[in-house]
Amino acid sequence: MNPQWLELVNAAASGKRPHFFGDADVDRLLAIVWAMAGELAVTRERLDTLERLLAERAVVQRTDLDAYRPDAEAARERGEWQMEYIARLLRVLQQELDALRATGAKASGD
Amino acid sequence: MSAAVTHDDIARFNFLANFNKYMATVVAPGNAVAFRERVEPVWVRERGEPPQTRGEVRRAMASDPHYRFWSALRRCGMEMRQQAGRSLVLRQAESLRDRARELGSSHAAGLQLDPAVTVPRYQSELDNHCMPGSYYAEYLDDDVSAAANYDAGMFATTTGLFGRFLDGAGRGTADWLQQTRPAWRPRRILDLGCGVGHNTVPLARAFPDAQVVAVDLAAPMLRYGHARAVGMGIDNIQFQQANAEGLPFEAQSFDFIYSTMFLHETSHAALRNILGEASRLLAEGGIQIHLEQPPYRGMTLFEQFMRDWDCHYNNEPFWSALHETHLPSLLRERGFAAESIFETEIHALVEEEMPKVGIETEDFGRGGLWYAFGAIADGAAK
Repeated sequence: MNPQWLELVNAAASGKRPHFFGDADVDRLLAIVWAMAGELAVTRERLDTLERLLAERAVVQRTDLDAYRPDAEAARERGEWQMEYIARLLRVLQQELDALRATGAKASGD
Repeated sequence: MSAAVTHDDIARFNFLANFNKYMATVVAPGNAVAFRERVEPVWVRERGEPPQTRGEVRRAMASDPHYRFWSALRRCGMEMRQQAGRSLVLRQAESLRDRARELGSSHAAGLQLDPAVTVPRYQSELDNHCMPGSYYAEYLDDDVSAAANYDAGMFATTTGLFGRFLDGAGRGTADWLQQTRPAWRPRRILDLGCGVGHNTVPLARAFPDAQVVAVDLAAPMLRYGHARAVGMGIDNIQFQQANAEGLPFEAQSFDFIYSTMFLHETSHAALRNILGEASRLLAEGGIQIHLEQPPYRGMTLFEQFMRDWDCHYNNEPFWSALHETHLPSLLRERGFAAESIFETEIHALVEEEMPKVGIETEDFGRGGLWYAFGAIADGAAK
């Protein structure tokens, strides 16, 4: 996309954005979560198209996907990816805990 | 004339359409349950009587967790629909503009823009139903992006209830006219606040020998509407930029005048001026009819409250006032005799395969069923 349009794409309508929860941050967070839910549906639909095309062209059947069992190496690689992924998402929790631990260590005179 | 879409663009709208359907059928009805089971009982316990006004229902519901969540999600849906539309339209704004120019050039007389027309304050103050830039924003010369976005997203917000070409109201109006006056053929038709002409095209089709004039304030909508109509093979519509509060036409020069879901976007004063113009322009024996969402009179306070959501949270500032106004009385004030004024219902006429409006799909103001009011210009009665 032409970068000059990107800001316009995400422009707000004039007028105050209402908030419905006691804390407006909850409304903000819901807006982000719901946008992600939308994008997940978009990805899922793309995957569904891919599976159907592969089946239509007799490359991979949808039943093959359900029957697939990773071997040990594939399972390990997937596990690694999942851990990295989760750590990336929950980075902020780890950082706060790291800081808390550092404070604790300082207080105990280490 | 519509924008080119990718797999992801379609998927985004599929998600929003299904989300809207789920909201309407599962989440929205929960508000009535919450009101009945826990909100109203508490209000009654504290005050000794149930809420007495729509505003009191709103105050009572404001702290209910289900209502909050439904509202917040609904607002998110409105914003995401705009984002999805703009993300697909703005990236091709130049090519859409070029396509509109090219299509339009084959029937150039069908588009009359007037740069002297300004957007009135009641329209420029707030972007209508959360459309960034409303109907008017222009990001390049001869821009049509606001209209292309409106066209692309409307199917998702109405989940098919307005038909494949979003023309259910216009087709329903043409059908109503043919049933009301079977042999009558209007010669000059005027569509007020036509937008992209979703409901102009079906009237032009139903009466191919009629001259149809479609007016709107917004140039992007008219450019796109004109190109769209030409692309659909329609050549008897003239799209004209004008303010419906003061139209450059001779008195009694149209025999059928109509508007669909237009009046609620106009102010108190503009509404009266527009109906004044419609009445001035109506020829002897002609009919004017205006489609809107149903008035609040006769509805429970709770239903009024639900229908009023858009006024408070979806940038529809005139929604409440319009639905509280006794519209037929305004025509009475414009000189029509009581017996020449009517109220009726218009049902969306849509393709076989499209969903039909029903209790389970009605989403408080978004169903394919309209309240309509109008008047017949009968010299004796007027």
